[in-house]
Amino acid sequence: MVEVKNLVKRYGDKLAVNNVSFTVNEGEILGFLGPNGAGKSTTMNIITGYLSSTSGTVTVDGCEILDDPKGAKSKIGYLPEMPPLYQDMTVKRYLEFVYDLKKVTLPKQEHLAEVAKVTKITDVYNRIIKNLSKGYRQRVGLAQALIGNPPVIILDEPSVGLDPKQIIEMRNLIRGLGKKHTVILSSHVLSEIQAVCDRIVVINNGQLVADESTQEITSTVKGVKRLQLHISGSDASIMPALRSVEGVTRARKISRTPDGYGEYVVEYNVDNDIRKGVFNAMAKINCPIVMMRNAEMSLEDAFLKITNGEDVTSRRGGRK
Amino acid sequence: MSAIYKRELNAYFTSPIAYVVYAVAALFGGMFFMGTVLTPDTTDMTYVFLNMTSVVIILIPILTMRLFSEEKNKKTEQGLLTAPVNLFQIVMGKYLAAVTVYAIMLVLFVIYGIIISFFAAPSWITIISNIIGLLLFGMALISIGTFVSSLTESQIVAAIISIGVGLLISYMDSLASSVNVDFIKTILSAISFTTPYQNFAVGIIKLSDVVFFLSVPVLFNFLTVRVLERRRWN
Repeated sequence: MVEVKNLVKRYGDKLAVNNVSFTVNEGEILGFLGPNGAGKSTTMNIITGYLSSTSGTVTVDGCEILDDPKGAKSKIGYLPEMPPLYQDMTVKRYLEFVYDLKKVTLPKQEHLAEVAKVTKITDVYNRIIKNLSKGYRQRVGLAQALIGNPPVIILDEPSVGLDPKQIIEMRNLIRGLGKKHTVILSSHVLSEIQAVCDRIVVINNGQLVADESTQEITSTVKGVKRLQLHISGSDASIMPALRSVEGVTRARKISRTPDGYGEYVVEYNVDNDIRKGVFNAMAKINCPIVMMRNAEMSLEDAFLKITNGEDVTSRRGGRK
Repeated sequence: MSAIYKRELNAYFTSPIAYVVYAVAALFGGMFFMGTVLTPDTTDMTYVFLNMTSVVIILIPILTMRLFSEEKNKKTEQGLLTAPVNLFQIVMGKYLAAVTVYAIMLVLFVIYGIIISFFAAPSWITIISNIIGLLLFGMALISIGTFVSSLTESQIVAAIISIGVGLLISYMDSLASSVNVDFIKTILSAISFTTPYQNFAVGIIKLSDVVFFLSVPVLFNFLTVRVLERRRWN
């Protein structure tokens, strides 16, 4: 449905997007993940035709964004990071304007009423946008993207600034959209992407660092286990001893607890229980363990891991 | 294009901008009408129009300053530029909305003509040719103002530059006469708005003057499209 090929965007000397390629299949919800400034918005702006790429192509449902911008744009509904709302208009007037602007041919009042119902803005329909809360504005922005029922919906950080309840509503809404549309969703909140997306593309410093299904990412994350330890003793003896335990892939010191123990985190593979080994090693050097706890690696950690460049090569081939 | 035109026109009338512009135009128009027509007891409105040009130079930038700079500043342009419309339609929609607001303002002078007709027969030909002249003059300035607005994010900057350009144009003749180099002198007087405008003022509508004034919007609207185009590539 959407094909991005070798996309490069340069701002002067700065390389904002570096050779990014991915495809979004019809009916798929693709999560576009990356830290702030990774190039997510730039990529989305290029897909929607707001910016031009330095090189590379974007094809939306067979329309190349440079050769046939009108055709491509008419197939996309876009909610930018800042919803493009005219503050002085009422919601109704604004949606009518977008309807006219997009030259939609669906029956006007019915279609607008339907969009308003889906995005739950019916009760603010006649209010001036300026006076709406952030959550409602975001929903009006989403309504604007849905007008004309475009096959592709692109949402740039749709839940930024929403309260937890609204975030859940927004998620359900997006999940519902995925049934009829192809959705690309960007975010730097992993749990959000994990909750709604079928596939995740991770981008960092303008480069694609992972492209795999949500399940795959979750399972690779679950494959690594962590042990959180509070140990009494000196770092100089504890660290080498921890590292020498069989099965430990990584050990580091986090901090010192208020009661004077050192806090350490050890990573190991799920099929290799190291707890006994750690206990014995610490007993041998006479450093008592006062606390030992299994800590699961959060998706946030996994994300940092991926974007910090670890395991990039092995992950890249994860999916075609 | 009609969607953008309608929205812009609505924006002028739902905000105070159009009314403020009309009020100021009526204030100065009334002053000039009183001072150069009613008091000296004449039907000749030429001076009302000539004086009006300098008021228009200040008022038009107020109409045009927000056209593109506000969109850029409030990030609403993203909605326009990702919609299936081309840049030319966006520029023309906005331009024509400003021209419409301005053209409605010129109805004022028809009212003055009607007031004169209570006392004596007004020279409608001169009034109409003056109105057409002022309209074309305004259309040229609006296109320049629109262009300037597309260059900046700040409405204030857009207004100040547009007023500056308008004043510069109105001083072009005196500037030309103070230059010694012949070919610069020719260029300066060729782009002066004053000379073609003078024919309209005395009731002569010449095709060449009409073409002169219309060529300005053609040029500057084209340049505005280019500016928007270029922004995509930056």
